Amino acid sequence: MKQKTDVLQGTLALMVLKTLDVLGPLHGYGIARRIEQISGDMLAVNQGTLYPVLLRLEQEGAVASDWGASENNRRARFYRLTKEGRRQLQVETQGWEQTAAIIGRFFEVKAEDLP
Amino acid sequence: MRSVRRFFSRLIKPATRRAQEERLKEEITGHIALQTEENLRAGLSPVEARRRAMLKFGGVEAMKQDYRATGGLMLIENFVQDVRFAWRMLRKSPGFAVVAVATLAFAIGANSVVFGVLNALILRPLNVPHARSLWGIERGSDKAINHSYPDYRDLRDRSRSFEDLAAYNVTSVTVDTGNNPAGAWILETTGNYFDVLGIQPYLGRFFHASDEHGPNSAPYIVLTYVFWQNHFQSDRGVVGRVVQLDKHPFTILGVAPAEFRGTLLIVNPDFWVPFVNQEQVEGENVLEVRGHRGLLMVMGHLKAGVTPAQAVADLNSVGTYLEKTYPKDDAQMTFSLTRPGLAGDWLGAPLRAFLAGLMLLAGLILLAACANLGTLFAARAADRSREFAVRLALGSGPLRILRQLLTEGVLISLIGGGVGLWGSVELLRAMSVWEPLPSAPLQIPVYADANVYIVALVLSLVSGFLFSAVPVRQVLRTDPYQVIKSGSTAAAGGRISVRDLLLVVQVAICAVLVTSSLVAVRGLVRSLHSNFGFVPQGALLVDTGLNTAGYAGEALPAMQKRIIHALEAIPGVQSVGWVDRLPLYYGSNGTIVFTDQTGDLKPANAAAEPAVYQISPEYFTAAQTTLFAGRPFSWHDDEKSPRVAVVNREFATKIFGAPNQAVGKYFKRADGTRIQVVGIVEDGKYGSLAEDLQPAIFLPVLQWPSAGGATIVVRSNREPQQLGLAIKDTMHGLDPGLFFLLSTWTHELESALFPSRMATRSLGVLGALGAMLSITGIFGMAAYSVSKRLKELGIRIALGAQSKEVLRAALGRALRLLAAGSLTGLLLGILASRVLAAIVYQATPRDPVVLGGVVLAMALLGLVATWIPARRALSIDPMKLLREE
Repeated sequence: MKQKTDVLQGTLALMVLKTLDVLGPLHGYGIARRIEQISGDMLAVNQGTLYPVLLRLEQEGAVASDWGASENNRRARFYRLTKEGRRQLQVETQGWEQTAAIIGRFFEVKAEDLP
Repeated sequence: MRSVRRFFSRLIKPATRRAQEERLKEEITGHIALQTEENLRAGLSPVEARRRAMLKFGGVEAMKQDYRATGGLMLIENFVQDVRFAWRMLRKSPGFAVVAVATLAFAIGANSVVFGVLNALILRPLNVPHARSLWGIERGSDKAINHSYPDYRDLRDRSRSFEDLAAYNVTSVTVDTGNNPAGAWILETTGNYFDVLGIQPYLGRFFHASDEHGPNSAPYIVLTYVFWQNHFQSDRGVVGRVVQLDKHPFTILGVAPAEFRGTLLIVNPDFWVPFVNQEQVEGENVLEVRGHRGLLMVMGHLKAGVTPAQAVADLNSVGTYLEKTYPKDDAQMTFSLTRPGLAGDWLGAPLRAFLAGLMLLAGLILLAACANLGTLFAARAADRSREFAVRLALGSGPLRILRQLLTEGVLISLIGGGVGLWGSVELLRAMSVWEPLPSAPLQIPVYADANVYIVALVLSLVSGFLFSAVPVRQVLRTDPYQVIKSGSTAAAGGRISVRDLLLVVQVAICAVLVTSSLVAVRGLVRSLHSNFGFVPQGALLVDTGLNTAGYAGEALPAMQKRIIHALEAIPGVQSVGWVDRLPLYYGSNGTIVFTDQTGDLKPANAAAEPAVYQISPEYFTAAQTTLFAGRPFSWHDDEKSPRVAVVNREFATKIFGAPNQAVGKYFKRADGTRIQVVGIVEDGKYGSLAEDLQPAIFLPVLQWPSAGGATIVVRSNREPQQLGLAIKDTMHGLDPGLFFLLSTWTHELESALFPSRMATRSLGVLGALGAMLSITGIFGMAAYSVSKRLKELGIRIALGAQSKEVLRAALGRALRLLAAGSLTGLLLGILASRVLAAIVYQATPRDPVVLGGVVLAMALLGLVATWIPARRALSIDPMKLLREE
């Protein structure tokens, strides 16, 4: 149960970082929408889970946040990627691609392919 | 790196907690508003749009929880909560809190005081640079620390293990800084003393080895900071001024830094003088006398890379050379190393043994306090079983409850430890400035340092965990269903519980302490009334040094005689005697003697090493020393007549076999002089009160002129005050420039009694603490058992039970435990008191008074402690009690 959350949080964090990298500063709702658009139903029911992840990233220094005005002229907290966050994104993207590639190869291999 | 950064950010978060919650709330509201607008644009009704937005956001509370967990450190927040709750619980039962804190404060305080003394005198090295490599040299199998000056010179020049060796001696002089001669205590040191220790002057300069050019060549002194402050009002122009030491001019070279007070911890000297000027200071010169071991201590830093074992081997090879070269003077020249601060084993060994014993007792006190508090905690936990049951039933984990109990315990122990530490630091400070003996520069420099604080903190924490762990099993076994159904846990009946065991342990510890302190007090009382070999009551002492007033050669004995006759002429004076050094006054002088038949007078052939006193004819009368056989001296026993001696019984037995045959026989001194025994006196105490029977010889002062200071014993039945005035007048009439000190002999004996007095006092305090702890312990137990059984006792009374039966039911158990504990403690105490015998003279636990005293004390304690609970049990009104239920 707990492990599942961790995995979810880990991937979520990576998605948040990537989103901020691509779109620039965004508020929580904006990030949620973007992730929803790309990932489909991952955040369909639990958009709220995003906020603990954002807080964690902020504590790690990967993102920073400031108050700003949203499109409907409400006060909203805008998150942006820091230098540290950019570095983290790079490292984690690499790690992720590596893992994905290995797992992918595992799934491609069939019994008759083995020597 | 990331996790470290995150940890700190979380650590500081609780402070900004409210702001963070506000921010989250605003973000959530904003988020849902944006989603609602989006839904509205998609064509939903406002209500539906908002509902869907909230659904999509998910559970707000669960998310908030998650957010908080991410935001702060759960552990720390729970801890803060626990502390707050513990604080509230203690505030709610102030009686319990005060008793617990006071108990711990006393126990921790006692421990930190004893540890403070142990730390300052035994553990902490001397306050000099690189103290770890500084060693003193002990000689022979009995670890003597005194050496002769020629031996010192050979050790210094022939050994290769030390950077250099310095030596010193403690002595007193008359110092005249202007127009008021006064006594002062000084360290006579070798010229290289300050250089060997690596001390830098505060003002002016120190003397060096290069200042010494033979006897009396270095008339310089270096002042201690305190003496400079007190006698020269911190005048910086003092360097170069000339003061008179025993009427000889000495130039002040400089002032030592405030933190350097010499190399003997318990002695606080006034200034330092080069040893080569010994003749001017002490009136005699032993710089070339190899057999006179007048240096108190020889010490130096080991060279880098030299181990103590190598140094000892090196010294021993020098020793072999000395034995061979000077067979007449040097025997047993094997060496060992020791820490110099307490003059090696001479002061160090008994002090170490005593402080270790005291530390053990203090530890026992703390243990008793923990047992006491453990009992209290267990009783409290039993009272709170309903609360625990409710909390368990509501889903709190047992670990959380235990952590809560532990927090309460540690909170109490920290508060108690803090109070105790504060008290002990104050006490140690007071001890450090205390001058216990007016006639001596004794000091107990025991300021608290970081070690003391750390030990107190650790002890507090450990004892906090100890006593709060007592109710753990009880809490873990709590069955919420049973407790809530029946009101309380069923009391364990006949079985021996942990609480009972703790009480027995506590009472036993208390009995050990009471036994030890009674043994010590009895020993002290006895040593006050024991046979010293003289009668101090009714004797005045005139402490004088004629040599310091310029008397020497022929003039010295003449003046001695004149003073004695003049004092004898004072009305009311019965007798006046002269002795070079009082018995029991900071040890005794020893000399080796040989039987008359011994031909080769080398130290190895010595028959005995008696204490030696030079006395005037009337000394025995004045001191009221009983003469068993033969005659005392007369003024005719002078240098022209044959050499004679009066010896004590022990000496006569040791040398001549039987005391009554000794008169008329001969023995020899190291220089070959034959001495005839003319009288036998009773045995006495010479070096210390605790010593076994010692041989002693008395020699006529006219045959063996004493150069050093001397004490005149004046026996009279007159009021000491009036007599003192008369003596002052008489002495001034003889020589206005003569410096002397007046005191009573009983007063002067304080120094000899000081160790036993201190031992008795500290043991008394510990005993009182132990007694107090057992009172509160038994009281707590008895009061608790009465309050628990109020209903049962009420029914018994209603059914017609007599007071005796009620008391037996209410207090029987407490009293049985008390008896068991006392008995165990008494037996242990008797075993422990063997240690005491080393310090307290005549301390023996096999003494009916001690045994009876302990039993009586424990019975009294039991009575006091159970008095109030017993009253309460007897005053139960069954009607009222039953109506309340």
